[in-house]
Amino acid sequence: MTEQTGAGPSSEVYLHIDRLTKKFGSFVALDSVSLDVYEGEFICFLGPSGCGKTTLLRAIAGLDIQTSGTVRQADADISALPPSERDFGIVFQSYALFPNLTAERNIAFGLENQKLEKSAVDKRVNELLELVGLPDQGPKYPAQLSGGQQQRIALARALATSPGLLLLDEPLSALDAKVRAHLRHEMKDLQRRLGVTTVMVTHDQEEALTMADRIVVMNHGVIEQVGTPTNIYREPDTLFVADFIGAMNQVEGRANGANGVSIGEMNFTSRNHGLTSDAPVVAAIRPEDIVPQGVGDYSSSDTNLENSLEVEIESMEFLGSFWRVSLKNNALGGATLVADLSINAMRRLEVTTDSRIRVKLPSDRLWVFPPAASA
Amino acid sequence: MTYQTAIAAPAAPLIKPKTSKDDRVMVGFILVICLYLLISLAFPLYAMLSKSFSTYAFDLTNFEFQVNTGDGWSETFSAAAQNEKVQRFKPEDLVTSSDGRLAPTELFPDFSFRSPTLYKLRQVRGDTSFLFKTDRVDDTDWHEYSSNEFRRIVLRASADTGLDNFRTYFSTPALFRSIENSLFISLLSTIITVSLAFGFAYAINRSTMRFKGLFKLIAMIPILVPSLLPGIALVYLFGNQGMIKGLLMGESIYGPIGIVIGSVFFTFPHALIIITTALGISDGRLYEAATALRASRWRTFWTVTIPGARYGLISAAFVVFNLVITDFGLPKVIGGQYNMLAVDIYKQVIGQQNFEMGAVVSVVLLVPALLAFGIDRYVQKKQVAQLSARSVPYVPKPHKQFDRICLGYCSLIAIFIVGLIAVCQYAALIKFWPYNLSLSLDNYNFKVMDGGGWDSYTNSIQLALYTAFAGTIVVFTGAYMVEKTNGFFTTRSSFQFLAMMPMAIPGMVLGLAYIFFFNNPDNPLNSIYGTLAIMVICSVTHFYTVSHLTAVTALKQMDREFESVAASLKQPFHKLLSKVTVPVCLPSILDISIYLFVNAMTTVSAVIFLYSPDTTLASVAVLNMDDAGDVAPAAAMGMMIFYTNVSARLIHQFVSRKMVRRTQAWRGT
Repeated sequence: MTEQTGAGPSSEVYLHIDRLTKKFGSFVALDSVSLDVYEGEFICFLGPSGCGKTTLLRAIAGLDIQTSGTVRQADADISALPPSERDFGIVFQSYALFPNLTAERNIAFGLENQKLEKSAVDKRVNELLELVGLPDQGPKYPAQLSGGQQQRIALARALATSPGLLLLDEPLSALDAKVRAHLRHEMKDLQRRLGVTTVMVTHDQEEALTMADRIVVMNHGVIEQVGTPTNIYREPDTLFVADFIGAMNQVEGRANGANGVSIGEMNFTSRNHGLTSDAPVVAAIRPEDIVPQGVGDYSSSDTNLENSLEVEIESMEFLGSFWRVSLKNNALGGATLVADLSINAMRRLEVTTDSRIRVKLPSDRLWVFPPAASA
Repeated sequence: MTYQTAIAAPAAPLIKPKTSKDDRVMVGFILVICLYLLISLAFPLYAMLSKSFSTYAFDLTNFEFQVNTGDGWSETFSAAAQNEKVQRFKPEDLVTSSDGRLAPTELFPDFSFRSPTLYKLRQVRGDTSFLFKTDRVDDTDWHEYSSNEFRRIVLRASADTGLDNFRTYFSTPALFRSIENSLFISLLSTIITVSLAFGFAYAINRSTMRFKGLFKLIAMIPILVPSLLPGIALVYLFGNQGMIKGLLMGESIYGPIGIVIGSVFFTFPHALIIITTALGISDGRLYEAATALRASRWRTFWTVTIPGARYGLISAAFVVFNLVITDFGLPKVIGGQYNMLAVDIYKQVIGQQNFEMGAVVSVVLLVPALLAFGIDRYVQKKQVAQLSARSVPYVPKPHKQFDRICLGYCSLIAIFIVGLIAVCQYAALIKFWPYNLSLSLDNYNFKVMDGGGWDSYTNSIQLALYTAFAGTIVVFTGAYMVEKTNGFFTTRSSFQFLAMMPMAIPGMVLGLAYIFFFNNPDNPLNSIYGTLAIMVICSVTHFYTVSHLTAVTALKQMDREFESVAASLKQPFHKLLSKVTVPVCLPSILDISIYLFVNAMTTVSAVIFLYSPDTTLASVAVLNMDDAGDVAPAAAMGMMIFYTNVSARLIHQFVSRKMVRRTQAWRGT
């Protein structure tokens, strides 16, 4: 499998998860989760701690077998099989490298007693060391390697037996930020080259957004949304997904028709939400979706005035490539909006603290969700 | 796929996980070791417990006589009626042990074996028996005997179950007074040992005095000798012909004074290890805070040091208490007429052959031992909870006067320990104290002494080696299986329970329980009785808990996911075990084996009931030679054990260092 030059996910379902439930005593860690993973796909389970993502991964691996529900891998039912009878390689957060074995012997661990010639094992180990970019580190012990190097050795060990499925349990979270960003790219690249179907668990949204072909957002043991990174980011299905991925302004209001919302004394057009009028809702818009329009008054006849309001700049924060500004308008019922404004826009509008500008909340970027408590 | 649609779907099938071959093999191992612990621990203890409730008495109503003095057979009368008539036995005289015998001639005051009188004897029910010469009779027929034959008859006692043994125990002052004695000695020794050990640990942890390493080394010496060795040293110092007898001002060393001094000696290192650990984990930041608040040294001591070490102190107290109350060798050597529970067991079993009463005393001894064990476990759990990852170790600063006091104090303790050993060594080398003080090696000529000679020494070495070897394998395998198996919760937790139990069981009690269990002719394992094997089993079991905990601690430090990784790579557990787990745990494995070796070398209590003439042991020889009055050879044999354990430790250190260099190259790089 490693020799194949994978070209992204195919449309074949490789891993089929059907109504998986896992209970620990009375606690339901996974509640009837169903999911299809396609061959060659890189999929990320994303969610806060305790959402069930690791439980799902361990069920797929057979390390903690589910209470009910089935798992099919490559058209075979593996639901009840112990890990040793399944086909996967795994990298843990701790890497679990054997401390008394050198890097090459760690990698060779799964290749021994497979009726392979010693020279074949050596060749394969060198190949894998090459693959993860550590051709010279073979004779070193794990303690002599850096965190990033250890992680890559663990990856090489997991790939050594050419498994059909690669499972990654928070593989990058023990590393510092810079190494992490670098390895993210490298791992994704490696996965694409090998074309191995990969499931990664992470709580880091940036990791998920940059690496995954598709993201599975989980919360409280259920899947909130499955989609491509852009899809998850641009079109969140639920308030939880909207809130968990990226920054999001959230303002309490009331539904006003099927595609409108009232916030404080003001009415806005929003995306269609289908909620009954006057129901309490949360209106949400991303900071970068707030469009600055200009300074001063506009005549009421201007069609551009839909969803447009005048705001006062409460505070400004310089974040390098853009400014994050807090906007206030008393008519919004005390709510504050945060907008990310480009350096250009800031210069053009001559924005300073306490100055007033006019901004627009584009209706197709303004979501309305039922509030979290009643969801 | 969303949550809502999933709910609407029909219920998914329940999954019953298949176990892997490895899991089944591992559970097989657990069951085997469980079985081992059942056979070597639970069953014998049960046998002992039931023995303590077995009572034996002569049931006189079941025996009936007819007498023919020449003028025909008399009416049938029962032995009970006859006893009533002649007022021979009181009811308490009829209570006996399993070996009790009663001659019926005692019921006939006029009996003479020369008389022509004939006797007939029968049993009403077949549940009793009598012996004619060596033949056992348990039918209900009449048997006729001449006077000469009649005197060869003894009635056997019949068995019953009840609290009678305990009733007897608590109505015999000579026996139950031992409870008070044992408690008194144990409490006193505990208070003294823990105070002394605390001072010593405090000096080592909190001062900058010199020779700390040397002091630590000396403090561990008592672990390497049998507990009765200090007793022999004390006899030489303060006995009837003692070197410095005058210091006692007329008091006798034989009794409480000797037992307490000896107990302090042999329990000191145990208390010290626990207290040093407790002081070692205290948080340096608290002392910085106390200094910043300008608290005096004294105030800091009472508000920071003592509360921080309190769990260690409590734990040390219970360990010492348990060691003293269950120790047998020391009070045997120096206790004189002062009875203690552990010695009572020995006296009942070896002296009086009253096994039931031995069992009763054992049960009585189990109560405080179990109590101390339970409280200790509870306290140790708390101690763990106190540890914090962010603690900063305390670093002592030089303080001239304080350092000097510490140095003086530790020197005194060191002199006490080294002194007692030196006296033993001196005693072993003196020709005949106090009359001929020339030096010789005569006392090492064990061939001419009681106690088994040099054979007992080689037996001891064998016992220690086998115990270390077999014990390490059994313990580590058990700990590995119980730590690394998935599922099978009940099996694993019952194993954990069994593994903790030996700590609470005094060695003598275990040994006695082995007699009841293995010496039973119906037991298929009966053949190991009287062999070295039974003593190896007893020693492994007796020292199981500490070894098990050491192994578990080492295994817990291994990454939990090693097994998952190996399974994903389709490698069997034994490959992981041999290639990774054992090499990584090697230091702990070596620690377990030296622990078992040293303890098997020094133990007396666990093996005192189990050795046979072919399998005498060095530690037992010390006891027996001392008993026979050969005190100097006893000291010499004790010193042999000491040399052996010191050498074993040195070899252990050498081997570990070498192996660690080879297998642990990854460490510290």
